[in-house]
Amino acid sequence: MNTDIRISRTSNAAKVAAILGALIVVILIAAPYWAGRADMRLMGEIFLYLALASLWNLLAGYAGLVSVGQQAYVGFGGYMLFALTIFAGLPPLVAIALAGVLGALISIPVAALIFRLRGAYFAIGTWVMAEVFRLVFAQVSALGGGSGTSLPTDIVRSMADGRSAREALSYWLALGAALIVVTAVYLLLRSRKGLALTAIRDNELASASLGIDIWRTKFFVYVVTSGLTAVIGALIFLQKLRISPDAAFSVNDWTAFVIFIVVIGGIGTIEGPIIGTIVFFLLRETLADLGTIYLMVLGLVAIVVMLKAPQGVWGFIRHRFDLQLFPLGYRVVNADKSKGA
Amino acid sequence: MRDAILTLTGLDAFYGDFQALYGVDLTVSEGEVLAIIGANGAGKTTLLRSISGLIANKPDQVQFRGKAIGTERPDVIAQMGLAMVPEGRQLFPSLSVEENLMIGGRVNRKGPWNLRKVYDLFPILEERKSQASTSLSGGQQQMVAIGRALMSNPELIMFDEISLGLAPVIIRDIYKALPGIVGGGMSAVIVEQDITKALAVSSRVYCLQEGRVSLEGKSDAVSREDIARAYFGVE
Amino acid sequence: MDFVNAVVQGTLLGGLYALFAAGLSLIFGVMRLVNIAHGDLIVLAAYLGLTTTVALGVHPLVALIVVVPAMAGIGYVLQRAVLNHTLGDDILPPLLVTFGLSVIIQNALLEGYSADPQKMDAGALETASVALGPLSLGVLPLLTFAIAVAVIAGLQWTFYRTPLGRAFRATSDNQDIAQLMGLNKRHVFGLAMALALAVTAVAGILLGIRTSFDPSVGGGRLIFGFEAVIIGGLGNLWGTLVGGVILGVAQTVGATINPGWQLLAGHIAFLVILAVRPNGLFPRISG
Repeated sequence: MNTDIRISRTSNAAKVAAILGALIVVILIAAPYWAGRADMRLMGEIFLYLALASLWNLLAGYAGLVSVGQQAYVGFGGYMLFALTIFAGLPPLVAIALAGVLGALISIPVAALIFRLRGAYFAIGTWVMAEVFRLVFAQVSALGGGSGTSLPTDIVRSMADGRSAREALSYWLALGAALIVVTAVYLLLRSRKGLALTAIRDNELASASLGIDIWRTKFFVYVVTSGLTAVIGALIFLQKLRISPDAAFSVNDWTAFVIFIVVIGGIGTIEGPIIGTIVFFLLRETLADLGTIYLMVLGLVAIVVMLKAPQGVWGFIRHRFDLQLFPLGYRVVNADKSKGA
Repeated sequence: MRDAILTLTGLDAFYGDFQALYGVDLTVSEGEVLAIIGANGAGKTTLLRSISGLIANKPDQVQFRGKAIGTERPDVIAQMGLAMVPEGRQLFPSLSVEENLMIGGRVNRKGPWNLRKVYDLFPILEERKSQASTSLSGGQQQMVAIGRALMSNPELIMFDEISLGLAPVIIRDIYKALPGIVGGGMSAVIVEQDITKALAVSSRVYCLQEGRVSLEGKSDAVSREDIARAYFGVE
Repeated sequence: MDFVNAVVQGTLLGGLYALFAAGLSLIFGVMRLVNIAHGDLIVLAAYLGLTTTVALGVHPLVALIVVVPAMAGIGYVLQRAVLNHTLGDDILPPLLVTFGLSVIIQNALLEGYSADPQKMDAGALETASVALGPLSLGVLPLLTFAIAVAVIAGLQWTFYRTPLGRAFRATSDNQDIAQLMGLNKRHVFGLAMALALAVTAVAGILLGIRTSFDPSVGGGRLIFGFEAVIIGGLGNLWGTLVGGVILGVAQTVGATINPGWQLLAGHIAFLVILAVRPNGLFPRISG
């Protein structure tokens, strides 16, 4: 019998998912034509959270760098947007991109310091850095000091003509950011560097012995993630139109919620943050009226998931059905009967 | 035939998906010294870890004085009178020599062994009692490990490869002390790669090969050829 | 003179920070766990103290009699019911679970007590002072520092001179062999957490007497404790005291230069030490 075997990087499910995904993206792009204002704002928020979650997942789930201080870059990006548009007169879109570059640059000395810490101490170290950022920006009176400032209306107006055009632009920026981040993460993980990351995540000692430069790889991921987080931060505060140190560097908003999204969705997978964001917003839309109870429920769910199902919702599905929608692995496929999903 | 103090019946042991022991049947009689030999990876240490509770098995697969202990916690099993001298000594680095011995005595069972008797057996330890346990030589650390196990006044003591990494003259000294240790009714299981030593000091011997018992017999009756065959699994 | 006064005040403040840090250090030493909810547990102790003083009409220091055992009990149950299940090689579970715990505690306190700042009333103790040459030292800060020294001495004694301490050290060295010595490791870890939270209770009460607090200040306390531990060096309780003092002095000196710089000065001192001596000043174990 002739057994034709080949190695494939994709699967049937992944192909189906790709087609469905493309359709969904097209529908989402068209949203300004079919969705109401409030819905568009909500979706924009969802996309930005998805981007933040994917980035945090890359950092923690793949590079093993558990940071509870990414709010430093969210706030930094927001403040850079305000500073660059107000003081340097740059167009908002340019300012957003530049905020990302600056975020990446400032993450370098930060990393040089906190990489001296390991594990949970590293985590708290990132928190301390975020606090330092907050305290420093609270001292800058030109940007409103402790109470913050608003984005001047002429800058807002310069983005597009008319409110609906501006809202559409805001929405597309958020959607675009989410797509770019998820795609970038996917491509990174598919590449050699990504393979190195997964190896490091699975067994640091072994991968070091294989010649993978752990420090350099983690450093690279940290800088890229922080830069992109700054971009998202800029977009977030472009939507909010107002910034203050407490809002910009809020642990709850930019770290706690993001962590819950990733943990519940499935850490260390690309699909996880997507699922987690959906679950998070479902919970929020239904429970948010309960205020503190909602947050307690969130914390409880995160704890239960971490103890009982540490792979999260997607991890459970993937394990159960051997499913991978973003094809990362390698499969042995029989040419005449394609096995598995 | 003396009473069995420890009985293994169809013992299987797993590390995750990897099976290390396949249906091992083994008995230790009251008061006897039993030797278990086998090559590296044959499953000897896994066997001891199963008995001491560090690996969980099915309840009836390990019976101590008729009681099923296959799923019991290690600290409960230690309280019942099983002590181990672990492979590689594994002293507590944060504890001094004397503290290592004292923590061995935490299992407060009745019996002749106490700090004084251990120091009488190994006088060098008393000299170094306040030193960090890991600052001692290999042979001295082995003495501490043995003393630590004795401090709990066990009914069954298990030695896991006590000659590993030690100079021949030290090994000889430790084995000379063995009868003094095990005399007085204590049962002992000695796991060894050094076959000569193991046979010399024991009354019965088992050989493990790739997780299975390949030989069982009286230590003074088994032949070299039988052992070689059982050890290496050659047909 | 202002400067000298700041240094003295900062030193005494360091005692409080050392108390924040001691529990953190203990738990890391025994089970390599870092509890993100540690700061919130300090605040919880403060609130328990508040409720006790209000319900029983006693002085806050008397409330210790109730709060210390209560927190110890909470610690034991918390460890055995939840945290024991997170221990292992992976750093994510303990981190994320204690993070979730932090959110739950903060919001539970919000629900129970509202966001209004609270403070315990210690009467004359709060304003009493003692003259030392040209300086005037508050009795409360002096007492806090003395308590910190006593607590650390007590912990050292427990660790190095008692069977319990031997059990802690042995279990932290080698969990498997410790169990062969008849130690139930889940129980040992529970006791360690109980002890740590007992210390946390003391820290919380003293905090609640000294300043006003609300459910959200836990994070800040965690950071102070953490900075004290890192500055002092891991695995060294006396080092943690030194770390607390350095942090306290940096903060008070910073505050004399500019009141708004107090927190920042502390963080900068921490970062400088991190840059120059990543393992801290007197490390005994590596992170």
